[in-house]
Amino acid sequence: MRPPRFLWVPFELGRPFGAPGDAAFQTKVLRALLALLARKDGPVVLEDFPEDAPAAPEDDGTGWACPINLPKPQAAAEPAMLEEVLREIARLAPWYAYARERRGRTTFGVSGLEIERVARFLHAFFDGVPANPVAAVTLGEALRLACEDLRSWYLEAATARPGGAGSRALADWFWGETAAGRLLLALQPVCAASADAGVRHVAESQFVPRSQRHRLP
Amino acid sequence: MVRLTDLADVDARHLLAKECPPFGSEPFVAGPPLRERRIAIVTSAGLHRLGDRSFDIQDTGYRVIPGDLPASELVMTHSSVNFDRTGFQQDTNVVFPIDRLRELAAEGEIGSVARFHYSVMGAGWLPQEIEPTAIELAAMLKEDAVNAVLLSPV
Repeated sequence: MRPPRFLWVPFELGRPFGAPGDAAFQTKVLRALLALLARKDGPVVLEDFPEDAPAAPEDDGTGWACPINLPKPQAAAEPAMLEEVLREIARLAPWYAYARERRGRTTFGVSGLEIERVARFLHAFFDGVPANPVAAVTLGEALRLACEDLRSWYLEAATARPGGAGSRALADWFWGETAAGRLLLALQPVCAASADAGVRHVAESQFVPRSQRHRLP
Repeated sequence: MVRLTDLADVDARHLLAKECPPFGSEPFVAGPPLRERRIAIVTSAGLHRLGDRSFDIQDTGYRVIPGDLPASELVMTHSSVNFDRTGFQQDTNVVFPIDRLRELAAEGEIGSVARFHYSVMGAGWLPQEIEPTAIELAAMLKEDAVNAVLLSPV
């Protein structure tokens, strides 16, 4: 196999060009990468990009905060857990709408379900194997896409205000401070014991990030 | 990629345990100067147009991203939950730098941007598992007169 030319970058996983909203920095990374095309030495070209991504606001000591203060989740069991999630959605909805308008886009919508229906579909797994509301995919895939949508919707709302935030703070917020995160954490062992093999597979590896699994019940 | 020291221990251990087949030492493919390069992006970020088929967990296929597609129409259905999505949510170019490539083309720094770009879902496939897709993509890239490919992982 003929190797490509590599540029190693010190940015966090999921951000290979470094910094969202920073065109100048992205171009700097891109130019460093394209410059390797002229290299003919080898056997492997593996260069280090010398700069860290511009610091997120959380790194300057001021911290990041969600646009609104959500009440601390209290419910230890469903159905109160669903009601808490739906209340959070209602409170975050203006911020999600603002984020969508400001960016002119959203990454929410891969399941094809509205956000409240996403929450209700996920919650229905507490009662067994629900009907699949996404015709084009298996129930396990519908579960995975619904989880993706729930996270996307919350995190787009949480990053609505300009200035951005670091991914670790955002992940800790979603999984540690929201009722939606608590719902997914409570659902993981339920889905891991599902009668549906596809649902079990998603629960085992595509449900809770490794870095947040310490929060599992 | 990321510094292992910036990862949670569990994520660092996971990456270190991955089997990475070695590259051979055959020479690189040479090409014309940058200003004559026609460049395509191939990303393993599991991107596609909203409305296109989502990537599923066992998906070794590809999705087409037209070169004139507004970056705002891309979504991500990569199966791994162990990397950040919030950068992509805020700015597609942090994963798929199509606007930056267009700017370099407009300035004459690169020759042109390909008519089509491609996305796969790179959740740890071994080379032989994804090779049929890579061969298919290579043929389509040649047909589009592409002579440089920017591989963008997540």
